[in-house]
Amino acid sequence: MVSNILNVQELTVSFDGFLALNGLNFTMQHNELRCLVGPNGAGKTTLLDVLIGKTKADCGCLTFNGNIDLNKQPEHKLVQIGLARKFQTPSIFASLTVYENLQIAVGFRENMLEHFRKMTEKQLLKIQMVLTRIGLESKVEQQAGKLSHGEKQWLEIGMLLVQEPKLLLLDEPVAGMTKQERYKTGELLQTIAKDSSVLVVEHDMHFVRQFASKVTVLHEGQILCEGAVKDIQSDPRVVEVYTGRKQEKVLREAMALGR
Amino acid sequence: MGVPTKLADARQPSLMDARSHDLPKPVGRINGLRIFSDRKQLWLVGFVFVIAALLFLPDFRLNLLAKYLCFAIAAIGIDLIWGYCGMLSLGQGVFFGLGAYAFGMYLKLEASGSQLPDFMIWSGLEKLPAFWEPFYNPYFAFSVAIIGPMILATILGWLLFRSRIQGVYFSIVTQALAVILVTLFIGQQPITGGTNGVTNFKTIFGLPLVDPKVQKILFLITVASLGAAYLLCRRLVNSRYGRILIALREDENRVRFLGYDPVPLKTFAFAISAGLAGLAGALFVLQVGLISPSAMGIVPSAEMVIWVAVGGRGTLIGAIIGALLVNFGKTTFSELFPEAWPYFYGLLIASVLLFPGGIIGLLRKCTDRLSTKFSGSQFGENSRTKTNSELQNIT
Repeated sequence: MVSNILNVQELTVSFDGFLALNGLNFTMQHNELRCLVGPNGAGKTTLLDVLIGKTKADCGCLTFNGNIDLNKQPEHKLVQIGLARKFQTPSIFASLTVYENLQIAVGFRENMLEHFRKMTEKQLLKIQMVLTRIGLESKVEQQAGKLSHGEKQWLEIGMLLVQEPKLLLLDEPVAGMTKQERYKTGELLQTIAKDSSVLVVEHDMHFVRQFASKVTVLHEGQILCEGAVKDIQSDPRVVEVYTGRKQEKVLREAMALGR
Repeated sequence: MGVPTKLADARQPSLMDARSHDLPKPVGRINGLRIFSDRKQLWLVGFVFVIAALLFLPDFRLNLLAKYLCFAIAAIGIDLIWGYCGMLSLGQGVFFGLGAYAFGMYLKLEASGSQLPDFMIWSGLEKLPAFWEPFYNPYFAFSVAIIGPMILATILGWLLFRSRIQGVYFSIVTQALAVILVTLFIGQQPITGGTNGVTNFKTIFGLPLVDPKVQKILFLITVASLGAAYLLCRRLVNSRYGRILIALREDENRVRFLGYDPVPLKTFAFAISAGLAGLAGALFVLQVGLISPSAMGIVPSAEMVIWVAVGGRGTLIGAIIGALLVNFGKTTFSELFPEAWPYFYGLLIASVLLFPGGIIGLLRKCTDRLSTKFSGSQFGENSRTKTNSELQNIT
């Protein structure tokens, strides 16, 4: 039996009495590209926050890659274990160049003394490869703050990639991107999923249908349903949750496109 | 590394191909003439400056200049943590003062000979306090002047950064430290000299401090220390560690979520800057001949920050220029208009608000404008940076 990359059991998180996650059970397999959807306030971002240590869980069990307990580990340890997080708004170091951004990302396991040495050839190679993958080779010297929105998103994904994480947590990676950029990003995520697992929070149903192998719908801090995209879209519970909400239009559109 | 390097082993043909041809030349980032970007130019200017000072300045002015150079050493330290890492310490005067006191203790013991230091006699002490004993040794005193502030900064930094105290809260705590230490030093008159501090130094290694020749040697030692401090910090900020400092300034959380623990990274920078302030203090007592709590309180700490702001944050060389110019201006202004010189600081703060980049920022702006006027291409040739060659080396 193949063990899961991620096991979440009975995870509960509350903010001043509001249950953002309510006894959530969630698992992910190795090399899976999973999409997390759900209406606003369903707990999608909270789940990612708990996994990366930004938000503390009230109770629940988080195990990673077999038997590593994710609870009560400081953020940087979680990253060193093999998790990586991309935030909703692109968080890159604006005054540094693309190259320098990747340079910082690649050296994350080194001790202080090693930061004063030059990078190893292996590290340079990693950066070189990632630059090709995210398509920013021609902009290595550019200040990251001057990149376009889409390029910033790619740079941030690139910063995660040079770290070779086992599980990538991506919060709306295609938000604000053009159609071509979205497609490119989707393809990138699929190639990433060959080597590691990817958990994506995404509202764009078109994108989800195109690239996700499996979709999980969250609602009020619990899993509403889980499965292949087309099963999800025809599930009456999903439609009900979305009805009357802002996402209704999005979903209808997506369903219409699906037919 | 205990993690399988899957991505690196990926045998995707496109990746291998990409390695085999060179990267396209980078576009953008035309900085024009970078001020003092040429190292040789900078050292030449410094060298000429020092020689000219030694040859032409009267002893009194040379002594003043040496004092400014001490301040410049402390300013570099502030620039390292404030300009690069965004930590505004308003308590650098404490580290400066500790360094000054540590070396001052040696000078005082040497000046007192076999007797107790005068202020101890006045306070009714009969025996030298035990912790003063090792300060008979100048090397010990000098080491403590540097290492002492570093230890204090390490402890303080570790506690603060671990609790994620940053920004203005960090500034307030460091400022509080300045108040606490000044109060403590004034209160412990029998062992610290109280408000008057430690005064009347006469000799170092048996050589009279007032001798112009000794003064010239001390001046050269100060210059060398400043050069070394500059080189050290240059080295730090140009390394990958320096980039991480900038990253911490921009978005500490992102650094944390990239797998770094910011606590030791920030503490190290803070300790280095405290060590530099301590070194500056130790050299300062040699030039001035006394140290009192008034040199380590809130006001001198804030002044140090102003020097860096005037010179230009995050440039290192700006800190030196700022410290020299502001102090020169302060002396000149107070000589010419003894009553009006406090307004000088108001003027400085106003100018910092107008030109947030300081002197260096202003100069860069001017040259940038000039270079874009003259099409910029001729400078673009020179500004090909090392990144590209670094990347090309491995292909």
